Formats: sequence, C-alpha cells, structure tokens
Amino acid sequence: MIDVVVFGVSAIIVLGGALGVVLSKNPVRAALSLVASFLAVAVLFVIQQAHFLALVQVVVYGGAIVVLFLFVIMLLGVDKVEDLDLPERSQVVAGIVSGLAFFGLICAGLFVSGPGGDEGNVALTGQIGRNPIDSTDDINQLAADIFTRNLVPFMATALLLTIATIGAVVMVKNSEADSSLPEAEVN
Amino acid sequence: MELTETWFLLLSAALFSIGLAGILIRKNPLIMFMCAELMLNAVNIAFIAFSERLQDIAGQSAILFILVVAAAEVVIGLSLVVLLQRRNRDLVVDDLSELRG
Repeated sequence: MIDVVVFGVSAIIVLGGALGVVLSKNPVRAALSLVASFLAVAVLFVIQQAHFLALVQVVVYGGAIVVLFLFVIMLLGVDKVEDLDLPERSQVVAGIVSGLAFFGLICAGLFVSGPGGDEGNVALTGQIGRNPIDSTDDINQLAADIFTRNLVPFMATALLLTIATIGAVVMVKNSEADSSLPEAEVN
Repeated sequence: MELTETWFLLLSAALFSIGLAGILIRKNPLIMFMCAELMLNAVNIAFIAFSERLQDIAGQSAILFILVVAAAEVVIGLSLVVLLQRRNRDLVVDDLSELRG
C-alpha cells in the first residue's frame, strides 16, 4: 500500500515538473522544474529496487546535466521572461493534439489486445526470471551485464563521449577563428 | 490496490507525450533540449518497469547507456546553442532557416 502512495506522489511531481518545463516562460524556472522531475524519477527507481540507478540519476541528471543547462542559461543571459518565445495559437493546438494522440497510441498498445489475444499484449510475454535481480546486489549484476554481454556497446559509449567532447571543442574553437578572421584582415 | 508495471508504463507514456508536445510548442532551443531530456526520462521509466517485471538486469544497463547518450547530447546541443546565440542574438529556432531548400 505504501508503495502505491509513494508512486502516486512521485508521479504527480514528475508530471508537474514536466508541465513546468513546458509552460514556464522563464528558462531558469524551466530548469528547476526539470530538477524536480528528475528527482521524482529517481524515487521511482528506488521503488523498482534499482538503487544504484537512482543514485546515478540524482548525480548525473539532477546534478551534472541541469547544472550545465543553468550554466548556459546564465552565460547567454536569457534568464529573463522572453517576449519572443510566444508561439502561434495553431502551433500550440498542433503540439497538444500531437501529444494527446501519442498518449492515446501508447494506451492503445497497452490495453487493446492484439490478434493473439492477451498473449500478444504489452510484450510482457518474454521469458520471465531469466536472470533474477537481487536488489541487494544490483551494482555487481549491472557491472557483470555491462562488461560481459554489453561490452561492445560500452566501448561505443566511450567513443561517443570522446567524440562529443572533441566536437564541442572544435565547434566553439572554429567559430572563434571565423569571427576573428575579418578583424585580422582589417589590421 | 497493487502497484503493477502498467502504472509505470502509463506514467512513462504521459511524460513522453508532455515532452513531445513541449518540443513542438516551444521555440527556445534550450527548452526544447529540456523536453528531449524529459522524453529520455520517460523511456527510462519504461525500461525500469520492464526490468523489474521480467527480472532481467538488461533493462538497467539500457538505462545506463541512455544516460551516457543524454550527457553527450547535452554537450553537443548546448554548444550549438552557444554558437547560435553568438550569431543571432535571440534564440528562436524558427529564425534558423538557412538550410531550407
């Protein structure tokens, strides 16, 4: 019973934070709503016995990523209410309709039985209990899974992070070189 | 009332739809990136629900990979935003139409 209550409260915070991101005019408020949403998602991880992932969620999402967002907001000085960001009415209607349609699509996938009856529903027909999760030892199991079955994807993420870092440096550096070029010619 | 994975999947669907609507509605690229993060988190909720339901740790490793991809995406995306801000002062994605055919 208690887990239903915890789920309900964190679900409200998740959705409220998400709505705050979408609706707030001030980017700083949007970023702080994002933190609320991320932390409530971490609570959902704890309910599902993924304690290590909850920790990572708080540190990486709630810490690093949101701080990066706030840093860029402050750096660019867009932390004021923007008049330019008012979308047209048709765009708002189209966005809301698309969101509702997508939600309806997923609900149909969840609740409507396919040709195979309930057997074909929700993809919950996979082999259950193949590697039973021991919630007191989820770090070791996660490590064993990543470094054995998912070793190649893991190395691919290392490559991805390297490329992202180099890409960010190159983009910012090249644009500085371009903007300084005309001045050099004038001099 | 019992807490089943259906509730988590419904929450995931709702969060993903809100993020989708946000990307379509907002014009500020920063907010659009935040909405993309919301959508990634919605997928994380679905993964964790399936991982617990099927008792398979693979769902949790998928979440870890999503985290890495999200971090890389934010690094590239935010440096793009900084570049755009340098070129034209106000951040409105509708103004970025140089690549239009």
